[in-house]
Amino acid sequence: MNRVSLAGVLCMALVLAACGGKKEADKADRITVPKDPFPSTYAAYPNEPVFISNATIIDGEGALIEKGSLLIVDGKISAIGKDLEAPADAKKIDASGRWVTPGIIDNHSHLGAYPSPGVSSLSDGNEISAPVTAEVWVEHSVWPQDPGFTRALAGGITSLQILPGSANLFGGRGVILKNVPSRTVQGMKFPGAPYTLKMACGENPKRVYGYGGGRYPGGAPYSRMGNVAGYRAAWIQATDYKRKWDKYEAEGGDAPTRDLELDTLKGVLDGDILVHMHCYRADEMAQVMDISKEFGYKVMAFHHAVEAYKIADKLADYGACSSMWADWWGFKMEAYDGIKENIPLVHKAGACAIVHSDSEVGIQRLNQEAAKAWADGKKIGINIPEEEAWQWLSLNPAKSLGIDTKTGSLVPGKMADVVLWSANPFSVYSKADQVYIDGALMYDRSDAAHRPVSDFELGQPGEGDLK
Amino acid sequence: MSARKIASLIAIVASLTLPVTAEPVAIVGGKVWTGTRQGTVPSGVIVIDKGRVVSVDKAGSPVPLEATVIDAGGKWVTPGIISAFSRIGIVEVDAENTTDDTSAGESDYSVALDAADGFNPDTTAIAVTRVEGITRIVVAPEASSNLFAGQGFVADTSGSVDTEIDRKAFLLVSMGEHGASLAGGSRPAAWAQLRAALDDARVYPARYLASNEGTALDRVDAAALVPAAKGEQLILIEANKASDLNAIMDFAEANKDLDIAIVGADEGWRVAPRLAKAGIPVIVDSYSNLPASFERLGATGENAARLRAAGVTVAIAAISDSTHNARLAMQIAGNAVANGLSHEDAMEALTTSPASIFGLQGLGVIGPGSHADIVVWDGDPLEVTSNPDIVMIDGVVQSMVTRQSELRDRYLKLDERERPLAYVKP
Repeated sequence: MNRVSLAGVLCMALVLAACGGKKEADKADRITVPKDPFPSTYAAYPNEPVFISNATIIDGEGALIEKGSLLIVDGKISAIGKDLEAPADAKKIDASGRWVTPGIIDNHSHLGAYPSPGVSSLSDGNEISAPVTAEVWVEHSVWPQDPGFTRALAGGITSLQILPGSANLFGGRGVILKNVPSRTVQGMKFPGAPYTLKMACGENPKRVYGYGGGRYPGGAPYSRMGNVAGYRAAWIQATDYKRKWDKYEAEGGDAPTRDLELDTLKGVLDGDILVHMHCYRADEMAQVMDISKEFGYKVMAFHHAVEAYKIADKLADYGACSSMWADWWGFKMEAYDGIKENIPLVHKAGACAIVHSDSEVGIQRLNQEAAKAWADGKKIGINIPEEEAWQWLSLNPAKSLGIDTKTGSLVPGKMADVVLWSANPFSVYSKADQVYIDGALMYDRSDAAHRPVSDFELGQPGEGDLK
Repeated sequence: MSARKIASLIAIVASLTLPVTAEPVAIVGGKVWTGTRQGTVPSGVIVIDKGRVVSVDKAGSPVPLEATVIDAGGKWVTPGIISAFSRIGIVEVDAENTTDDTSAGESDYSVALDAADGFNPDTTAIAVTRVEGITRIVVAPEASSNLFAGQGFVADTSGSVDTEIDRKAFLLVSMGEHGASLAGGSRPAAWAQLRAALDDARVYPARYLASNEGTALDRVDAAALVPAAKGEQLILIEANKASDLNAIMDFAEANKDLDIAIVGADEGWRVAPRLAKAGIPVIVDSYSNLPASFERLGATGENAARLRAAGVTVAIAAISDSTHNARLAMQIAGNAVANGLSHEDAMEALTTSPASIFGLQGLGVIGPGSHADIVVWDGDPLEVTSNPDIVMIDGVVQSMVTRQSELRDRYLKLDERERPLAYVKP
């Protein structure tokens, strides 16, 4: 290795042109930024084939199948439709009266980073030391023993994105997890999922920095224009950093000094890392879309997007998703114009709508949140079939996370992330009876053997209780 | 098409607002959940006059000739929902201190802080809450300078500038972790403060003849504590842990003259038989099912069902989001049903139970003589896909227009070819 490197350097120093034939070998020798230094160790758990029949199936792509069947083999969706034959070796479940859907994907959670119990020593969700902390990775804060993961599982959550908090302009990298209990966060990481970057608009950065810690003035940003200057300054640095690396990659020479913060921003400019941006107000989202065009990246989803309904047309044109609550509003000024029809209005405009939680409580019943939004749309004449609305819960969040070719709908070949509901999941009375992740039964409401209990809850009041 | 539909809906509601209190109204044909011994009347006839319910009868019963008839065929009809614990009307935007009158950590006073002094009927959350079917709100201040939050009140959600409020309906006291931290740092400190304060009130005004300072309270706060100390005012205590609930019951046994209810009670199921025996009612939030703190380790969504099964009076409220989304109480109650509570008990937890806890006469029920606080729903009131069609307070059909509905209607069509949307005034 050393010997070859040396040859490369010598070649470079002597006659560049003469070394053309070895160019590829030289490239392979160059220093690179490791893209996956904390690799996933998750592998699907074993399970016999499962054949569910007589179910009302929402396939996640927009179709509804009455009296449908679903076959799960080797962790994948094997077949879906009517009148399927059950293989002899499959466990057969008669789901008469029950519903089957893709597992719910929450693309905005802080589980593990702001875990239960909410004590100060476990509060690791936001590195507020500076307005730009793109160098932090939230997976390094995620405590896998957060009991919130098990509650989310009982609510049908099969994958989720953990994000850093929204104090910073650049809050750091998010991580996409499979909702499987594990001793380590690596054991939960969604194999092959891209990294994400959390950014934030609006009130939070100026409150935390400009007016931070009771000191005024604190430090930039003090204002929304300070926020925008902060984003642009960082992207200018990142552009420069990327140029240096691109040059080095093409031409060799001295490797640029690595910068953890700029590694992440460069990852965005390279198209490897997906931007998820906390932004409530319509006017700010419109400005962020322009900033992204200025620097050549794309915002995958605006989070909270309480005013998305005001610019749903622009969001559709740009192609960003909006991750929304059904009805949170008023807790701060930028949430003052929240309306209950936000989600259906965004959907109606042809933009990508997502129901998200940002809450260890809300994540347990995202199906109900979607149902409320669906009904509120219906009340004003926006009639969206339930099977189409389910895309807010699975396929659209999967798209925003770059995992939609792997999960998010019940298409043969995709991961068998499946929920069997006791009744129509657009009802408050419906419960997730069983939750399969990669075809493995990870939760069964009626069988304590299939209900995980986190370390923290062992030996505590109510251990193993139905929650 | 959708805009026209809305317009026609508004027209219907507008026509209904014409008869106010003077003329009788009859609500005909709905599935009426009465909250009384009458139970649920499958197709009821409710006659209302002068803001009160005159009668509730079966289908086909006579309707006064002069009555305006509201057809509730195929709908659910219930008493107006009572938000058993909220901060509606005393805060506009939580994060903006100038609009928030819930707490006053810098104040010299605590027991004497009267939340009603901060009530603003124009608060946008009032209409937003009303159109969800909540007609009465129990409003509590928040403890901040010591474990006494102050005086709570009850109001309707008409949003009228002349809203009548039932001041000093209860005293809110924080115990558990919150109270401990406010009292100086421990549960023993909180109990010492509570007992000393009670003692001050019991010897008021004698103790204050020579000085404005008592053992725990100054003259003003001691005077404000007198009604509660005499058992003439409800003391609502915030606590969650089983051991804290037991301590409250010990306290109640030692002070039998006090009128006590508990809000929170996340571990209530663990001491449910004793709560039932002590006759102490609870207000719970069925969303609480996480060990969110060390005083909630045993929290479970089955809390309400288990408490009820033991015979405890249970009200359900959105305790964790008591300002802008206190309106979620029905969804929370629906979740309690999904976790074992009967539908009947869940309905009572939103109506008759809060009425009984706060002594609200003629509210939470539809029966002869009761307030005509009535909601007509397009489906099961606890179901997430249901919404009210008509909300009536004291016989008056309320407006369903809110700041939110106006924003919605402005942005229904994003068409600015002729003029900016600021010219669209729904």
